[in-house]
Amino acid sequence: MTIRAQIGMVLNLDKCIGCHTCSITCKNVWTSRGGVEYAWFNNVETKPGLGYPKNWEDQEEWKGGWTRTASGKLRPKAGGKVGLLTQIFANPNLPEIDDYYDPYTFEYDHLKTAKESATVPTARMKSVITGKYKDKPDWGVNWEEILGGEFEKRRSDYNFQGMQEQMYGEFENTFMMYLPRLCEHCLNPSCVASCPSGAIYKREEDGIVLIDQDKCRGWRMCVSGCPYKKIYFNWQSGKSEKCTFCYPRLEAGEPTVCSETCVGRIRYLGVMLYDSDKIKDAANVEDEKDLYQSQLDLFLDPHDPAVIERARKDGVPDSWLEAAKKSPVYQMAMDWKIAFPLHPEYRTLPMVWYVPPLSPISAAHENGLMDSKQGSDGMIPDVKSLRIPVKYLANLLTAGDEAPVTSALERMLAMRAYMRGKSVDGIANTNILDQVGMTEYEMDDMYQMMAIANHEDRFVIPTNHKEYAGDGPFDHELAFSTRSACGFSFGTGCDGGEVKRSNLFGSQTHSNTMNGNALHAQTKGDGWNTSGDNS
Amino acid sequence: MTDFLHTFLFGAFPYIAIGSMIFGSILRYDRDPYSWKADSSQIMSKKGFRLGSNLFHIGIILLFFGHLVGLLTPHWVYEPFISVEQKQVLAMTAGGIFGTMTFFGMVILIWRRLGNDRVRSTTRFMDLAILLLLFLQLILGLMTIPESAKHIDGATSMLALSHWAQGILTFRPDVAADLIHEHWIFKAHILLGLTIFLIFPFTRLVHIFSVPIKYLFRTGYQIVRKRG
Repeated sequence: MTIRAQIGMVLNLDKCIGCHTCSITCKNVWTSRGGVEYAWFNNVETKPGLGYPKNWEDQEEWKGGWTRTASGKLRPKAGGKVGLLTQIFANPNLPEIDDYYDPYTFEYDHLKTAKESATVPTARMKSVITGKYKDKPDWGVNWEEILGGEFEKRRSDYNFQGMQEQMYGEFENTFMMYLPRLCEHCLNPSCVASCPSGAIYKREEDGIVLIDQDKCRGWRMCVSGCPYKKIYFNWQSGKSEKCTFCYPRLEAGEPTVCSETCVGRIRYLGVMLYDSDKIKDAANVEDEKDLYQSQLDLFLDPHDPAVIERARKDGVPDSWLEAAKKSPVYQMAMDWKIAFPLHPEYRTLPMVWYVPPLSPISAAHENGLMDSKQGSDGMIPDVKSLRIPVKYLANLLTAGDEAPVTSALERMLAMRAYMRGKSVDGIANTNILDQVGMTEYEMDDMYQMMAIANHEDRFVIPTNHKEYAGDGPFDHELAFSTRSACGFSFGTGCDGGEVKRSNLFGSQTHSNTMNGNALHAQTKGDGWNTSGDNS
Repeated sequence: MTDFLHTFLFGAFPYIAIGSMIFGSILRYDRDPYSWKADSSQIMSKKGFRLGSNLFHIGIILLFFGHLVGLLTPHWVYEPFISVEQKQVLAMTAGGIFGTMTFFGMVILIWRRLGNDRVRSTTRFMDLAILLLLFLQLILGLMTIPESAKHIDGATSMLALSHWAQGILTFRPDVAADLIHEHWIFKAHILLGLTIFLIFPFTRLVHIFSVPIKYLFRTGYQIVRKRG
């Protein structure tokens, strides 16, 4: 046994209101520069829908994640090492820019510089790549917002597997939910496995998966290798970029930007301890439906003295062990079993988990036909009467196994019924709790965590003890080595802006395509400052 | 061509070109690792890319190794197994096949780079320059085949060319003299080849040095970095 610690995340989909604040704040921090204007490290999808990029969930199309071969071996779905290298000249599974969307901007500058005319000047849309005018956008990161578009397109949603999806196109049966997505910082990341350069790595101390920008050679195997399509190719720099889990913030004990700015307070961050020796076996169980359980089995009880002792020996700092005891992620995933991994069937052992959403009782049940959970005296509705089909959620979260999802939904319904009784009628109906196998004490905790969701309960993040990573007791160099460092840049130090003049090696020019101008239509100055610089 | 120019081009220029390639690449790798990449444009357009890129890459790699082995294997090494005439026929056939492969691959890639809006607008000067130079070099190379066919017996040209190449690597002082009687097409092919070596570090060609062989020897699939 070798114990490692990782910061995991849980998103409570029951409270997601689809406001996209997480996406916008993330974009402003991480992908607000040239070449990644089409990239969203965090995006929110309306489900059912094809998502972003189109149909990303269907690995028969994209060959992301892992596969278990007939002989019982685990290898990337796109091929083993030799197989992947044969695809290096032209990656057959690489998405095209149109699978995300053609990035566009508007000619804002024209509004300021247009000559007097009979009609009001307009800011026309143009592609930032070609600089050509577009009459309308053809796709976007959030094209299907609130079930936008026809059902005929949305029905090919991968999660409709094994369902009569046609009926959900009917108005009476229609349903929707939001799915915010980011890098899963997997325990068994297939992007790392498919990177020929060895540029992608998982950090031992907190499990964050990062791309070494200086080592990345742009072979682009990770882009297709990631089943969640959360690695993006910067088309200006020729390098892959991905969600960093805001590691500079986490190292300082601060939540990620997406978590901190979440208006619905749906995000949770906490430490998970796991046995890193068992990763391979856990990812390689035969039946896909067992993958959820096999990942649960990897996680270790932070209260167990034997675990604590072993973890200390393996170099997990005490502050992390203390944080693990209070981890909201552990409580939701392990204690209450209400959070689930996203598409465990990809065998990547993802570490961003989701609490399935409750939904209104569907019309058929509301007209006096509502079933209730057997033996619950009508207090807990039957989850089958919920508008979002359990099968759909199970296809999303447990490789199609409905039982764990049903149990989680029942616990959440029970929490509502129990708390309603307690605060409205003043009666703590423990019968409800017995139905879902929880104690009063547990339910109070769950209510505090899920409904009240205080900042200090949602985010239990120990600081990163970099200073102790060296040989000596306090390594001054290590402690301050990344102080005042930059985020993503074009290899030009902290300069994130435009570089028109190429260096000796001819490769450092880049345009800021986020400033309302297309790649080759960069204006000198911005209209207010027409003298500008003429570099 | 004057003697001086001839000696310079085939006696000194090779060292300048190879020197630029080696030291330029080292400098770039050291000073500017971020710029070291394959610079693929596949994400911009898939159309024709799979066929074009595979034909081009596989063809040109085989051509490269053909040249490497063909030019640098000393005569006495292959003599017991294969006659010079047979070797020349082999070189012409293999070169012809792989050259044609590369040719069609490059036609697709050039058509794509110039014809596709997105690929064209993301193309930098050097991207197109190196593509066209390689294409020109390929055409020159293919043009040497009919010339070689004219003196199929004796294969004096081939012997002279490989003698010259080996002379360069062994620092033989009078090496340029080897090529004095050769047809201009061989000389042009050599000169353009050396020029490509010269500008190598300033183009995307540096990704050749990053062939991820190491990947095949990685234990397992995962990489975990220790802190610090």
